[in-house]
This record gives sequence, structure tokens and C-alpha cells, in this order.
Amino acid sequence: MSPRLEWRVATLAGVRQETPTALTLLLDVPGWPGHVPGQHVDVRLTDEDGYSTQRSYSLAAPADGDRVELTVQRVKGGEVSEYLTDTFSVGDPVELRGPVGGWFVWHPSRTAPVLLVAGGSGIVPLMAMIRARRQARSRAPFRLIHSVRSPSDQYYASELRRATRDEGGLDIATVYTRSAPTGSARPPRRIGPADLELYGWPPQFEPTCYVCGPTGFVEKVANTLVGLGHDPRRIRTERFGPTGD
Amino acid sequence: MGIVSPGFRRRRRDDDVQLPPGQYLTEDFPVLSAGPTPNIPLDRWEFVIASETGQEYRWTWDELQELPAEEPTVDIHCVTKWSKLGTSWRGVSLDLLMEDVETTADYALAHSYGGYTTNLPLEDLLDGKAWIVYEYEGSELAPQHGGPARLLVPHLYFWKSAKWVRGLQLQEFDELGFWESVGYHDYGDPWREQRYAGD
Repeated sequence: MSPRLEWRVATLAGVRQETPTALTLLLDVPGWPGHVPGQHVDVRLTDEDGYSTQRSYSLAAPADGDRVELTVQRVKGGEVSEYLTDTFSVGDPVELRGPVGGWFVWHPSRTAPVLLVAGGSGIVPLMAMIRARRQARSRAPFRLIHSVRSPSDQYYASELRRATRDEGGLDIATVYTRSAPTGSARPPRRIGPADLELYGWPPQFEPTCYVCGPTGFVEKVANTLVGLGHDPRRIRTERFGPTGD
Repeated sequence: MGIVSPGFRRRRRDDDVQLPPGQYLTEDFPVLSAGPTPNIPLDRWEFVIASETGQEYRWTWDELQELPAEEPTVDIHCVTKWSKLGTSWRGVSLDLLMEDVETTADYALAHSYGGYTTNLPLEDLLDGKAWIVYEYEGSELAPQHGGPARLLVPHLYFWKSAKWVRGLQLQEFDELGFWESVGYHDYGDPWREQRYAGD
């Protein structure tokens, strides 16, 4: 029998604005047991009447002692995400339970090529993998394809720019769905087979593929990867949000 | 009760319904899958119950359709915290499929097309508690929700309701399934909030 994952009280130590609607929370969690990149935590909020509610958030970085990072995308009308991005202040406590999940994870000891495909805030658990790769000085060949609406929706932009310059074996491509930067050769459109062929790995390289984003995005990318010849058993997915139908 | 979150005010009003602890109500039908959605041609589809002695009981797609169907309307609870009330399905009761199966097994491991597995005590699949369903809200079950057919075991967290179900392996011991072997609870009762191993 495994020990129960206990609720811990975390304290907000700082925030970083990532996009106009996304914030990274830097949390101090005394006794944090550590985690593997790709894992998530449950966050629980409780009001004065005793009403409480929980949501899951991906960890955005490897653990640094008792410090963990969550990137929270503000969802309009989202009871928890609006609180965390608008009201929650440095010094405030919040309850947290984890780490959770042992499938959508990348172990820094792995050397096989990795393809990361993110839609919008789906980059968060994939960023934890990129950061863990750097921390472990891994040379595993990594490619990230990030699909965003417009240049202002890019997460971790300056860090990723530095990473492609300084870290051998890491390629990053951004595809824009609504508006592309001036001078961009690729017109804004949804991600398709040509993008995954151009910026991904050939199936013969047998990469492990991690796909994270809204359900429609993940369905399309995962099916396209299978269509391009990738073994479905090497495609790991994490979806969020409604189906849209 | 947990510690109070400074400045947090309840905004959702799910007062009129009783939900399992930690769940919130959704009107959407979110999707949780570990990998790509498999494509299963109906002319090659089959459902197989294998007993602990190795005896197999098989149904083709057409044979499943010819069996008397039930139309359960049930509440479903996903471990990722959403609950959806009054979902309606059409399919065949496991009681009917198990009718002629000779077994003394206590456990079942459900297998899916695409390789997914989940484990359940056999008694949780019997006595009107579980179905193999192929319609959702009056339409054929969409692939991303587990079509052509999925297991429906609504009294447990929804990961136990294996999508793209292909068969049941009956056995005398409890063998952990896919999510159960990566940190999720062996049994998964939402009313006891059995989300993760140790809960």
C-alpha cells in the first residue's frame, strides 16, 4: 500500500507574468518530495464558509528544493484560475497535493529523441522537461513545436530563445494560428502534417512524442503523427478543456 | 476542512446537487486519454471475455447489436475533478454477457484496443452496475469518447470505464491496470475520493 499523498500548505513567494493571461506562481512547499517533469499537482481552495474546490495544474519546472513553479492560464469565469491570477498574493497560503501522474513524464536519464508538441498553455509540462534536460545536462535530442495564436501568446519567450542558442541539441519552432510576426514565411494557420514533418523527427528515429494542449489540438496532432508513421505506443498525450462538440 | 484561501469566494453554485468530494459540475464532456485515439473497423471488432481457465466467450459487432440493450442514465465522475450528471447511454449489460461464463474469479482486467487496461473487482461489473455501451445521448459513441464501444462503470471514477474496450480477462488475483500502475487508486470510489494510490 502506498502512503497517501498529503495536502501541504504552500506559500506564494513570487510571480512571473508569462503572457497577458498567464502567470507563473513560485511556491514554497516545505518538505516537497520532488517530482519528475510532466507531473502535476492538485490545488485546493477553501472559502470562509468551508466550501472548497480543486483543480489540477502542471508543474512548470523541476523542483528546486522546496520551491515549485506552476504556470496558470487564466480561464474566463474559471473560479480557481481567476483567483490564482487576480487575487492570490505573495505571502498567501494555498493547499497543494502531489506530485501526481507517472505516464506523461520524461526521465532525464533517457537518451532517445523527444518531440514535444504544445498547443497554447499545453507547453507548461513540456517546459518542465526542457528545463530538466538543461538541469541534468542531458544531450537527448529535443524538438519543441509550440502552436500559439499570436506572438504575444508565446510563453517563456526569452528563456526559450536563450535555450536554443546555448543548449546543443534543442530545436524550437513556433507556429502561429491567427497572426504571425512580420516577415514570417508561414502564413497563420492551424498546425498540420507539413509542420510536424518539417519541425519534428522522422518516425524512423523512433522519438518519444509528448503532445499537450486543448482536446481538439491533441486529437489532431496525435492522429497526424500516427498518419506520418509514428508508433501510437510512443505518443503520449495530455488534454485539457471541453471537446468543443 | 482545509485552510481558508484569503479573498477566495465561492462562485459556482452546485448546491442543488450532491457531488462526490472535490468534484465540480461540468456541462461539457472533456476527454482524458493517454495516447492517440485508435481506429477500429467494425468488421474486425470483437469483444472477448476470457475466464481464468482460458475459456473464451466472443461477440462480433453484429452479435453485440443483436443482444437486448439497456439505456442507463447515470452520473459520471472523472478523477481530473469534473462530474457530469444524467448522461444517457445505450448498450448491453455485463450481467447478460457474463450469464454463461463459468468462473470463480474475483477480478477482471479490462483490455482496450490501443493497449489500455484497467482493473476491477468482478462484483463491480455485475448486478446492474456495468455495461458495454455503443451509444451516447442517442448517437453512436464518438471515437474520442471511446467508440465504437466502451465499458461503462459509473459508480467508479471514469478511468475505470475503459474506452475502446476489447475484452475482459477474468482472474483470481488483482493485477494493476494502466493508470493504477502509475499512481492512481486501485479501486477508485469517487464518494471516498480514492483518486491516488494510498487515498
